[in-house]
Amino acid sequence: MGKQTPLYETHVTAGAKVVDFGGWDMPLHYGSQMKEHEMVRTSSGIFDVSHMTIVDLTGERVADFLRYLLANNIDRLKQQGKALYTCMLKEDGGVIDDLIVYFVNPNFYRMVVNASTREKDLAWIEKHAKDFTVDVNERDDLAMVAVQGPEAREIVHKVIGDKQDKVSELGQFFMAMFDDNWAIARTGYTGEDGYEIMLPADQAAAFWDDCVKAGTNPIGLGARDTLRLEAGMNLYGSDMDESTSPLESALGWTIAWEPEERDFIGRKALEKQKSEGVKQKLVGLLLEEKGVLRNHQTVLVDGLDAGEITSGSFAPTLGKAIAFARVPANIGDRAKVDIRGKHVDVKVVRPPFVRNGKAVI
Amino acid sequence: MSNVPTELRYTKSHEWVRREDDGTVTIGITEHAQELLGDLVFVEAPEAGSTYAVGDDCAVVESVKAASDVYSPLTGDIIEANEALADTPEVINSDPYGEGWIFKMKLADEGELDSLLDASAYAEQIAAED
Repeated sequence: MGKQTPLYETHVTAGAKVVDFGGWDMPLHYGSQMKEHEMVRTSSGIFDVSHMTIVDLTGERVADFLRYLLANNIDRLKQQGKALYTCMLKEDGGVIDDLIVYFVNPNFYRMVVNASTREKDLAWIEKHAKDFTVDVNERDDLAMVAVQGPEAREIVHKVIGDKQDKVSELGQFFMAMFDDNWAIARTGYTGEDGYEIMLPADQAAAFWDDCVKAGTNPIGLGARDTLRLEAGMNLYGSDMDESTSPLESALGWTIAWEPEERDFIGRKALEKQKSEGVKQKLVGLLLEEKGVLRNHQTVLVDGLDAGEITSGSFAPTLGKAIAFARVPANIGDRAKVDIRGKHVDVKVVRPPFVRNGKAVI
Repeated sequence: MSNVPTELRYTKSHEWVRREDDGTVTIGITEHAQELLGDLVFVEAPEAGSTYAVGDDCAVVESVKAASDVYSPLTGDIIEANEALADTPEVINSDPYGEGWIFKMKLADEGELDSLLDASAYAEQIAAED
């Protein structure tokens, strides 16, 4: 038996197929992954993401610390409550993790990092925090759920009642915190509108039930993966890791090069890689014929080195298979993928594949 | 508990076999197998005319989450594959023992049928897996 979130019993009662996910007992689906995927695209769904790690960082020099720790620049967060997606890098530019950092107040930032990288992330953060006398506080007293889909915000507004005024003012990528332990952010991992909600663990089951009563649907990690793939969002450990830099992972847009004098961990290595030219990049693939693209299948292009699929799946919204693949940087717009010895044609595309319920490829 | 029809024979790798009146056999994957796989999205069926021995991988069924080989339960020639599965692989989920059949074989040796599991032996096996 693995670790269980405060919503474990809720999942079992709802008939979830529970699987091990990085040491956690998590719901894969509640009957049909395809139907769950479609519900998030057309109405709404609720996800338990309490396995993710919430870390509060406090101290007078916390901003200086994060300017050094993260490849994106927290100075882009002009207003309290804003959130930023960023990588945390090693000196050699390899990605330790990708994460979201929220600006709570000038002495308080919150980060949400991956579950599978929890220990190494905390060790890395604590090691560097010492130099800035920043306190690192893991919030395992909080649960986290995501409500996503075109009807998601309406559902959450109904359920949170008296807190609604504050939340309905939220713009894109904006977080509201209240009652000390509640935080609602307009973020997500599906390509749909919606919220991610951090709340006290002992209130999570009641909140979940209220959302389901208000008309949303429980969604497992299976659909979470196909939703994020269609939305063109990377998964740590599959699409990037410590052996690849953001420049090789379609994450160049998350590196804040300006101001030049900002020294962040990995900067020198990234500058060197950029000036020498990046040899590999992460692209999208679309299979127009029947079949399914899968992780680790080989991508073939005449005259170039082989590439590899990092995330591949059937895309329910498109009715076709899609993938991310790490390929030579000078690849054209066609390639072949080796599926069990057969070389099938694929189109090389630029993700996302789906946004706000509609195909964009 | 999955449905395990008593008139069929089974393999440990979750194929079912039905002996037809003309001596040929029809083969598919069990209800338990489709439950394990989840929503099916693609089937690669064997070509008519090809020959397989017991245990050869002869078809592939793919769900959203995984690809899984289908093994030939018996030795013989493929006489027909279920072409409807190309457009509607999900009938394996909804009707695994009926519309969701995958291929038909003409056997080299009908005696091999005796080596397959009967319904109660297969039911015991899947109960032990859970």
